[in-house]
Amino acid sequence: MEPHEPPPTATVGPPRPETGNGRDPTALGSAPATEVAIRDLCLSYANDVLTLKHIDLDIAKGEVTAFIGPSGCGKSTLLRCLNRLNDLVDGCTIHGSIKLGGLEILDSTLDVTELRKRVGMVFQKPNPFPKTIYENVAYGPRILGLHHKPRLDEIVEQSLRDAALWEEVKDRLYDNALGLSGGQHQRLCIARTLAVEPEVVLMDEPCSALDPIATAKIEELIHELKKQYTIVIVTHNMQQAARVSDATAFLYLGELIEFGRTEKLFTTPEKQATEDYVTGRFG
Amino acid sequence: MPLHTDSQYEEELQHLRAKVLEMGGLVEKQIGDAVTSLIARDSTLAREVIERDHMVNYLDVAIDEACVRLLALHQPAARDLRFITTSLRISTDLERIGDIAENICERALELNTESPLTPRPEIPDMAEGARAMLRDSLDAFLQSSSDVTATPDMRTASEETLDALPRDAPDLALSVCQRDDRIDDLTTQIFNAMLSQMQQQPEHASRATRILFVAKYLERVADHATNIAEMVIYLAKGKSIRHVSPLPESV
Repeated sequence: MEPHEPPPTATVGPPRPETGNGRDPTALGSAPATEVAIRDLCLSYANDVLTLKHIDLDIAKGEVTAFIGPSGCGKSTLLRCLNRLNDLVDGCTIHGSIKLGGLEILDSTLDVTELRKRVGMVFQKPNPFPKTIYENVAYGPRILGLHHKPRLDEIVEQSLRDAALWEEVKDRLYDNALGLSGGQHQRLCIARTLAVEPEVVLMDEPCSALDPIATAKIEELIHELKKQYTIVIVTHNMQQAARVSDATAFLYLGELIEFGRTEKLFTTPEKQATEDYVTGRFG
Repeated sequence: MPLHTDSQYEEELQHLRAKVLEMGGLVEKQIGDAVTSLIARDSTLAREVIERDHMVNYLDVAIDEACVRLLALHQPAARDLRFITTSLRISTDLERIGDIAENICERALELNTESPLTPRPEIPDMAEGARAMLRDSLDAFLQSSSDVTATPDMRTASEETLDALPRDAPDLALSVCQRDDRIDDLTTQIFNAMLSQMQQQPEHASRATRILFVAKYLERVADHATNIAEMVIYLAKGKSIRHVSPLPESV
């Protein structure tokens, strides 16, 4: 792909399930509602070099949207825009608009803590606090001012159940969380994120430090979680994107090359660059 | 299109393509020889065709194994995935055509033990039509899979000549689908002719029935060629025209 190519015309609106011959006509349904609308988003870390170039993307409510692309394509940067984590980077400038419902995420007067309650994040490397399992999950609600113990107990149990960890830890809630395994750490971090009842859960390579069984558990969990949450996941593992997501965005050199239903992107992509990437012909 | 970064994967895809093309060539020969053995009343040739069917079966199994292996080990996507699933289905149709060639030869051997009936021009006409459909569907596969795997030095003489073809692979494949109706019409003609012959000369019934079978076999060859052509369109364009009526004007 030439860097001087005009920016690709990205799909506006969440990609819709396709209709047509051979498809289950009952699967059509209505188009999913938009949860996050990204418009003409440009981001530069330094010297006016654009790391993200005019991104237009609609993330559908109650779906899993995956960002894929080679290293340095901007997928993690784009994810981090959604809860303003790039604010912590010196010299980072952002233009454009990201709307979460009626809320403009890029508004400089926005209360970022309030935003991060609505848009939670799970990182690549599980990062539990060196506290008890219970305290890890109760941490979020506590700093938001909840101290009613019976209510906290409820939230901790529900969050651990939602993160598919409850059965494994219910008898040792007051043990140090660092004693858990890597896969359990990651599910604990997911429980910690869920405890503040976010609308959107961002996941940045959530399985790259996990073994295949722990990975399968997280993927199963993602399928469950999308019933209640909108999930955006960045992954280097294309097969993982294919397995867990409903819609996939392929980014390359800071541009959104193609955004569509995952099934379409992995069987009949529109763009040659997408074809080359998903079939392993890159570089 | 650039080659796959994983050269082992690239090699396995090339190997699969070579096997499908080998099977296609063999099946084309089988059906051609079967029809010749029938028309020329050549029992030796008929027995050769029956003898060779195990080669077709062997390739069918080899292609199956290659596809399953690729699917299990490489998680193919996009065009690669369509190429593999298409190969899997094409080999099934080719295997059936191979069996039909064998059936035609069995009927030829039976007919050769009796005196010939008045030749029906529809049989060679159908045979030629069905064979041309098979040939074109395989040429379309050859062409539309070339950018999946072929590197310039791998090109065969037959691919060189394909460059001279005016039509591109999806159009050629669509023309195969469009020709199927004519073969069906010829089958009906033979059916009516044989039926009236049996009514007028009941002593010809056993031979006329066998010729009727042959017509039905050739009609099936055209159906399998149509299936192959439909899959080539899926491979090239990513869209299915199976069970679509009427056929689209273009793809």
